[in-house]
Amino acid sequence: MDVIKMTGSIRDKVAIVGMGCTKFGELWDKGADDLMVDAFKECIEDAGIEKKDIEAAWLSDCYEEVNVGKTAGPLAEALKLPFIPVTRVENYCASGTEALRGACYAVALGAYDIVLALGVEKLKDIGYGGLPHIAWELGSERRLIFPVFSAPGAFAMMATKYFDRYGLKPEDGKRMLAKVSSKSHHNGTLNPRAHLRREVSVDAVMNAPMIAWPLGLFDCCGVSDGAAAAIVCRADMAKDFREDPIYVKALQVAVTPGDEYMCTDYDYTHVETTYRAGEMAYKEAGVDNPRKEISMAEVHDCFSITEAVTMEDLQFSPRGKVKEDIDAGRFELDGEQPIQPDGGLKSFGHPIGASGLRMVYEMYKQLQGKAEKRQIEDPKLGLTHNLGGVPFRSICSVAIMGL
Amino acid sequence: MVGVKSYGAYIPLYRIKREIIDSAMGWLNVSSLSRGEKAVANYNEDSITMAAAACSDCMSGTDREEIDGLYFATTTPVYNERRNAEVIASALDLRPDIQIADFTGSTRAGITALHSACDSIKAGPAKNVMVCASDFRLGKAGSSQEKNYGDGAAALLLDDGEDVIANMDGFYSVSYDFTGYQRAETDKFGRSWEDRWIRDVGYNKFITDAISGLLKKYNIVPENAAKVCYPCLYVRDHANIGKKLGFNPGQIQEHMFTSVGDTGTAYPLMIFVAALEEAKENDKIIVASFGDGSDAMLFETTRGIENIQNKRKGVKKHIVSKKNLDSYEKFVSFRNMLPVDKGIRGEQGPPVSSSVIWRKRRAIFGLVGSKCKRCGTLQYPPQRICIKSNCGAIDEMEDYRFSDKKGRLFTYTTDYLAYTPNPPAIYGVVDFDGGGRFVFGLTDCEPESLKVGMPVEMSFRRKFGLDERSGPNYFWEATTRQV
Repeated sequence: MDVIKMTGSIRDKVAIVGMGCTKFGELWDKGADDLMVDAFKECIEDAGIEKKDIEAAWLSDCYEEVNVGKTAGPLAEALKLPFIPVTRVENYCASGTEALRGACYAVALGAYDIVLALGVEKLKDIGYGGLPHIAWELGSERRLIFPVFSAPGAFAMMATKYFDRYGLKPEDGKRMLAKVSSKSHHNGTLNPRAHLRREVSVDAVMNAPMIAWPLGLFDCCGVSDGAAAAIVCRADMAKDFREDPIYVKALQVAVTPGDEYMCTDYDYTHVETTYRAGEMAYKEAGVDNPRKEISMAEVHDCFSITEAVTMEDLQFSPRGKVKEDIDAGRFELDGEQPIQPDGGLKSFGHPIGASGLRMVYEMYKQLQGKAEKRQIEDPKLGLTHNLGGVPFRSICSVAIMGL
Repeated sequence: MVGVKSYGAYIPLYRIKREIIDSAMGWLNVSSLSRGEKAVANYNEDSITMAAAACSDCMSGTDREEIDGLYFATTTPVYNERRNAEVIASALDLRPDIQIADFTGSTRAGITALHSACDSIKAGPAKNVMVCASDFRLGKAGSSQEKNYGDGAAALLLDDGEDVIANMDGFYSVSYDFTGYQRAETDKFGRSWEDRWIRDVGYNKFITDAISGLLKKYNIVPENAAKVCYPCLYVRDHANIGKKLGFNPGQIQEHMFTSVGDTGTAYPLMIFVAALEEAKENDKIIVASFGDGSDAMLFETTRGIENIQNKRKGVKKHIVSKKNLDSYEKFVSFRNMLPVDKGIRGEQGPPVSSSVIWRKRRAIFGLVGSKCKRCGTLQYPPQRICIKSNCGAIDEMEDYRFSDKKGRLFTYTTDYLAYTPNPPAIYGVVDFDGGGRFVFGLTDCEPESLKVGMPVEMSFRRKFGLDERSGPNYFWEATTRQV
């Protein structure tokens, strides 16, 4: 990998002092405006601030055509933000963390003291399961040459290659992945805000209808409506709001220049942007041994294979060895390094523009010791991993936070 | 002397046994027509894509920069306005300053195009012309046309050089306005008069008149011809025509009716290609068409014939590379005769911009990418800045064509969610031999047969999932089919 050039850092310069997150799910009776208001209300109550305290805001959503429409206006209108600067960001499924990044960097810069980041997605108004037709998203040139693919298919190709490279028979590979999903389904049962709240056994995951070989229905995350929000402030004023603010240790994003679909050296058994964003975040946060130092993580488990390779890309597991850690229960709620304590995208659900902030919400609650039945023991450093796009064309954000 | 310099053919992967059509849709008449099977174009094939495939086969080993003309014959043009041959020429990435024409209106248009190409070369403006013929004809469900028609294409490269493999030695033609079968502008399906009348008054007479006229004009006795090639409407009559003309059964080129079917404009050319595949030096070969009369042409092979035989996919190898469809419904859905549920996702294709297609035409239709002049990295789609991070050269690219490169399947999936008219959508990452990678749709393959590392080659196909307002779109897919 190229040497990381990083001139400055936002480590410990900003804090999160309030968060809100709606229930995720097929919320037929709620529109995007309702979701934004619900997340915002919880968020400012949690921070103990009023709307007039907010100096600027960032809105993230991905499928704006079937959601709030263009511009940041819909956030200002829904919340009646009084003529303050509002920015809309979009970076595929990594959009939520992108909103938080804008908020954190603006505060770290000293431009504002208190800002809002809010992500929302209203997917269930599109009229069919899954995400909208991919050809729309590729732009007027790429849509003419890329095949019509789906997110599960593009990630499934990573499972095909992973099984081939590491000599896993299809049933053994599928069992490894099924354990990933089954674990997250269990965590989801403990979370009242999760979209999917039932246990799904390893055998049930393995025998589910095929979506894109080798990924079946339960290898895929929920497609959901929802919103999540955070109030970000200067670190030195955070304790004015609460005893237990959460400090941002690192917040990095990596975007591919397209190597993976054009260069034959990409192996398709990992996600390059995850590895790179992780390396940058570890450098910013001063983490030397992620396997030991990261207490918990909410990673972008859009598909079971994504979570599996993410464990390797974030250096929680050695390359090609995640199966051993999965089999040993390392990533379960009572394991050595719990992953997806809130159920993850898998069972909490995945409203695209909100997911990055939803991950931070769980990390915030866990670090504060307020995660109720899901509470893990004495977490020190939490990590969120928010992946946009597909393995051959991805964007990845990694955030590290602590007390 | 003008003659054939190269040949090629294309027959789609799928076949359907005529008895399957009969058992699904059988009406009165003609169990005798239900013999054998016929070739069926995949859902993403049409007359343009099949012709492009036949031309690719024909051009193999030829520098495409040297092609001076492309004539395309079909009765099933995709476009009434927008020249079909131009799309084929774009797929083949031919020079823009060549002679291009569509020949249509009758199943004899294939031979008409062949003869016109010879005339054009003789007249001087073109040193060579590639002629292709392809048809993708629809018959009404349950009709005899539905059973008879097969899909396929042939291509012949005509040239006036020393290295032709067969000289064109003669031409004779009879023309009649014959209403046995006709299809007007407004007709999706054709209209046919009684088949016995077509057989006796049309088929038997026209082909006989054309071939006997040719024999007489050039003073040839049947014994001197190695092979005579002409279309088959009825197996028994096919044999009888040759017999009446004085040919023995061994001289009559096999009709392909029970393996491929009546491929319209391509039919006589495909039979001719099959004859060339087995010809010897100095064989006289007669080729005749049928449709509103008949054209007959006389060729004589040269010593060069042996240099090309087995170096093309041609007809024989395509015939044995097949997969039988056991579903009549699949067959009619491939032909867009059965409304198939697309789902809302499939109905909402995004717009296609003509100005983008024009600007990127060589990248899209010709599959032309870039090669970095500094580091040699091959890349698709074409780039201005080299993708290799340790190179990064700006504007130091040359064109590099991937359409004729073979590759390997690096990884793949079979996707039951993404929209395709023929689920599941199969796609994968293709690494080209010699370098370069892209993500392509996979076609003409079965999900269970796929393996990482399989060899693939590229095939020009219709592209789906875009706004139907833009009409048919085309791009390249990878196929694991080995011909």
